[in-house]
Amino acid sequence: MIKKWFGRTYLFLIVLFLYAPIVTLMVLSFNNSRTSVKWGGFSLKWYQQLFDNSTILSALGNTLLLAVLSAAIATLLGTSAAIAIHHMKKREQNICMSIVNIPMLNAEIVTGIAFMLLFITAGDLLSVAGIHFEMGFGTVLIGHITFNLPYVVLSVMPKLKQLNTSMYEAALDLGAGERQAFFRIVLPDIMPGVLSGFLLSFTMSLDDFVITHFVKGLGADTLSTLIYSELRKGIKPEMYALSTIMFLAVFIILLFVNLKPRELPSAEKKR
Amino acid sequence: MYRKSLSFPYFLWAAAFIIIPLLFIVYYGLTDRSGAFTLDNLVAIATAEHSKALFLSLGLSLLSTAICLLLAYPLALILSGSRLGKSGFVIFLFVLPMWMNFLLRTLAWVVLLDTNGVLDSIFKFLGLPRFKIINTPAAIVFGMVYDFLPFMILPIYNVISKIDTNVIHAARDLGASSFQTLYKIIFPLSLPGVISGITMVFIPSLTTFVISTLLGGGKILLIGNVIEQEFMKGTSWHVGSGLSLVLMLFIIASMVFSSRYDNGEGNVL
Amino acid sequence: MGNRLIELQHITKIYDGHKVLDDLNLYFNENKFLTLLGPSGCGKTTTLRILGGFETPDEGHVIFGGTDITSLPPNKRQLNTVFQKYALFTHMNIAENIAFGLKISGKSKAYIDDKIKYALKLVNLDGYEKRMPESLSGGQQQRIAIARAIVNEPKILLLDEPLGALDLKLRQEMQYELIRMKNELGITFIYVTHDQEEALTMSDTIVVMNQGYIQQIGSPEDIYNEPINAFVADFIGDSNIFPGTMLEDKVVEIFGIVFPCVDTGFGHNKPVDVVIRPEDVELGEPGCGTLDGVVSHLIFKGVHYEMEVTACGREWLVQSTKMYPVGQQVSMKIDPFNIQIMNKPESEDEEAVVLDV
Repeated sequence: MIKKWFGRTYLFLIVLFLYAPIVTLMVLSFNNSRTSVKWGGFSLKWYQQLFDNSTILSALGNTLLLAVLSAAIATLLGTSAAIAIHHMKKREQNICMSIVNIPMLNAEIVTGIAFMLLFITAGDLLSVAGIHFEMGFGTVLIGHITFNLPYVVLSVMPKLKQLNTSMYEAALDLGAGERQAFFRIVLPDIMPGVLSGFLLSFTMSLDDFVITHFVKGLGADTLSTLIYSELRKGIKPEMYALSTIMFLAVFIILLFVNLKPRELPSAEKKR
Repeated sequence: MYRKSLSFPYFLWAAAFIIIPLLFIVYYGLTDRSGAFTLDNLVAIATAEHSKALFLSLGLSLLSTAICLLLAYPLALILSGSRLGKSGFVIFLFVLPMWMNFLLRTLAWVVLLDTNGVLDSIFKFLGLPRFKIINTPAAIVFGMVYDFLPFMILPIYNVISKIDTNVIHAARDLGASSFQTLYKIIFPLSLPGVISGITMVFIPSLTTFVISTLLGGGKILLIGNVIEQEFMKGTSWHVGSGLSLVLMLFIIASMVFSSRYDNGEGNVL
Repeated sequence: MGNRLIELQHITKIYDGHKVLDDLNLYFNENKFLTLLGPSGCGKTTTLRILGGFETPDEGHVIFGGTDITSLPPNKRQLNTVFQKYALFTHMNIAENIAFGLKISGKSKAYIDDKIKYALKLVNLDGYEKRMPESLSGGQQQRIAIARAIVNEPKILLLDEPLGALDLKLRQEMQYELIRMKNELGITFIYVTHDQEEALTMSDTIVVMNQGYIQQIGSPEDIYNEPINAFVADFIGDSNIFPGTMLEDKVVEIFGIVFPCVDTGFGHNKPVDVVIRPEDVELGEPGCGTLDGVVSHLIFKGVHYEMEVTACGREWLVQSTKMYPVGQQVSMKIDPFNIQIMNKPESEDEEAVVLDV
């Protein structure tokens, strides 16, 4: 009994630690006063002003577009790579997986400056050939796709390992071509892995600052880089309002997604 | 087979955007402005300013890794022993904060920890001793622990929750006390998760420049800050690359260390 | 003899430098229940996968109805497989699973519905259309896997150890079910198993395999009563296998004792292997049999007692409905008909045997 009580308290304290800043930001988004230090009464004015702030809205647009595009492309590339790697011999598999893991394990700052050196050199080389190329939305997208890839591969791989290979053979046996067998049998079976790879990628892209910081060049601010550039002047409270809206939206969506599978716990257990 | 060809787009991508960029760092790190080979950029780590930043980074990241481990391990045990551990709730709980922007989350601690901030006011009201933490190395460690704790919790939790309960029952059956079971059975079995958690916390802590900028008040320079400035303030990409190479030695060392224990169980996912 | 339905000619298959199948020749006739029997690694599953089209042989041909189908992919072959662990599509219900092959080949909805009904009736699972595979027991999943295969009206049904995952009682039940289904469908079943009892119960013909070679082909009775070599004798049922010498026709010597037998044509003073089934040894009072010994072990097996008798320095396995306690002196007598003489194998790898099925 004491053990249980201790466990609960401990869990509560850690959760409090993780969520205290989030609650703080939410409270600040309703603060009538501009400074974050004093409570100036309840107000919704930052929410109203948010929709007039074109800088924040365009950064939001960039951020979401980046997240969707990079997650989609990474999911496509990563899933096909995972399937190919899954069918390799053990030794080839190990080599490939260590390449796959590099962007996830390497320090973000190293990945960021490596990209920056690549893109600037590429720009110099291309300008010799008369082509104008500089860092912007495109290079940020490339960066995000690259660091999303390991998350996709690592979410899909375990599903492929669980996949009963004779299920694929059974489909062939029953007259399906390789393509049909893949789309009708294999893909539906690994779909949860593909989806969680997409969601993780989306989250990572949304939360990224470091890589974007190094490869965005002059244009293409995301919410993260916008916040960083506002550090000196102080963060605009509209940003708190936007974060609160985004957080609550995701919270509600995830709550629904997570509650759903609990209706069928038996199906999950038997697997 | 068509399966092999599926990997071509990926490996083309990996070559262009994973391997080649890293080779650029090696090239820049080992050359000077005229393109001649030099080791000066690596030796640059030995200057008083740089080595101070490196040792501070190492110290703070080791400390934050240790604190994360101490906080996360009991939590992973508690979670795997409770019903909350089922049905993806744990991942939900610890991934969710990522949806609030990382910079804002970290900045919020300034509001909470600052002199006359929320916590300080509570302490004052309760008559507890006041503290000054913001803009000190302690605040940076605090930020590291806050930002990277989930990366310690998830791999350890994943490994512990997969331990066959019969193994634990068998240990108890053979006369081990619950502490002995923890020490002799659960801990050794959870080692892959622990090692994976250590690298997942240590590397980003060692290399961060954001946390020190946000919570250190811009006066405390970590090795990440030094490298960032070499690149973004336009001082020298060659020195920046050289310092990055030195940093990569630590990263590679810690990866090698973790791969010796890794059997694929300790993944965050 | 009937028509040769499918034929394997000179099949060789190599994995990582190891010959799994070596110049294998075999053909199967219509409407038969054939079993490929052997220990794991004997090449039986590889043979089945070559028939199904999941493996291509390194050498040799697969001939089906007179045409070479060696490199034809599985989806173009007129045979269907029941997989070891059923391989039901977990995201589809039972009806969708059974309909899969029919939908691919573009059959009409009415035809498909009819077929589903028929197939579920055949496997005694009427009314299970809407259930999901995971909600079914192992035995039921097995039946669905069979139903899913047979609705495509294959000429041959390949079964890869389909009963391996079921418990004993269910396995015996399914054995009779499979025989009934085969007779009802009138097609050839090719069945792979390592369980000799299963093979003996169900098969018209058994192909015993070991180390990539066919050891013996024959009816269950042939294989049991007249094993062609020590491997077959040892693998099928319990046996006493002793080294002996064929003195002349119908006379064999084992451990210096002369036994009359019925085999001829082995020559004079030829070393041979002698097989004596444990149920063929008759026990009696000391002195009244061919040789005497002492009971050294005794186990009650239900139908009979199983004993080990030490005689001539060797353990003889004996089954009898009469019990002799451990330590008891007994005599053993063996009917000449029940002594099976076999040539000694030339080498570890037994020579391939080519026989008509």
